[in-house]
Amino acid sequence: MIISVASGKGGTGKTTIATSLALCWKEGLFLDCDVEEPNAHIFLKPHIHERISVGIPVPEVDESKCSFCGKCAEVCEFNAIVVIKKKVLFFPELCHGCGGCSYICPEKAIKEVEREIGVVERGRSGKIDFIHGILNVGEPMAPPLIRQVKRHINSGTNAIIDASPGTSCPVVEAVKRSDFCLLVTEPTPFGLNDLKLAVEMLRKLTIPCGVVINCADIGDEKVQKYCKDEDIPILMTIPWDRRIAEAYSKGIILIDALPEFKNRFSQLYGKIERLYKR
Amino acid sequence: MKIVISATGDNLSAHVDRRFGRCPWFLFVDSESLKCEAVVNESADAASGAGTACAQLVIEKEVDAVISGQVGPNAYEVLRQAGVKIFVVSQDISVREAIDRYKNNELRQMEMRVF
Repeated sequence: MIISVASGKGGTGKTTIATSLALCWKEGLFLDCDVEEPNAHIFLKPHIHERISVGIPVPEVDESKCSFCGKCAEVCEFNAIVVIKKKVLFFPELCHGCGGCSYICPEKAIKEVEREIGVVERGRSGKIDFIHGILNVGEPMAPPLIRQVKRHINSGTNAIIDASPGTSCPVVEAVKRSDFCLLVTEPTPFGLNDLKLAVEMLRKLTIPCGVVINCADIGDEKVQKYCKDEDIPILMTIPWDRRIAEAYSKGIILIDALPEFKNRFSQLYGKIERLYKR
Repeated sequence: MKIVISATGDNLSAHVDRRFGRCPWFLFVDSESLKCEAVVNESADAASGAGTACAQLVIEKEVDAVISGQVGPNAYEVLRQAGVKIFVVSQDISVREAIDRYKNNELRQMEMRVF
């Protein structure tokens, strides 16, 4: 089973939930797909044994063969190529690496070269295989790197995917093809607004979901009401507790810091399993 | 001189839109005759690369100068390489007014520091 952990709003507790949930497993895979700001390693403290560079194919133009016809600029959906009189200008940070320009070039003047956008690191944390992606600083495009992180999922293995917040392309890429998505939220107007966006995204992707309400005793009742109206199961609530924040600030996993939560995370896993099998 | 102005509308009474890549209209104007051709900016809602797409459009029309607000770094690079001058309007003024100021040498030419 592949469980993704996502949230519309940032800072609601995705990593807190994902890392504690991972420890409930006898063995499995943990994938930190928040490649812009990976932080699960701070908690799981994996021993990294492999580092793989990840790039995307970008065009390299041989101007001696180029007729400056401009077809490459025309075909580029992201306007990463501009052709001026006797020059081709390329803007690598706009390129999505689709290969359209080299495919369409009538002079065969464009070849594709690899441009590094980040790295994937693999390691081991106790019984958990740990993998995360680290996007190079300033790099705008996370999905190709997220795809490389997710390549390590084998059919039949249990995997937890820690996604980035929001509902944009990196999140879609991270949660795509997961069997179940856990949405972490807080009972505030911001939490509810962004939860709705995340639910809409998952419905488009036809991924079943359940909600964890963090800091459940602050804010209001509107998240509960929304979940009831929309028939979305609330699988766990976590109270506001200073000890949880303190453990987090020290990089300690919630169920290690507060063992009384262990049972509740095992139950959470059980609930997800039952919903998945239904 | 053939100049292009990023504008809020399709005629000389429209205002200068100080966004280059995201403006709704480009007005291609002959600074002497004030003959004006309005072109819809189809890249205004592009997810990315609006600046480079607009710069490509402007270059294909073989203009001598651009009048806009602050032009972004990618579009700036394209226009610089193509030898198109960029003049900056910093107030909310009409296109007609901007052309007058351009003709009176009252507009600042954009220079960008290369880091």
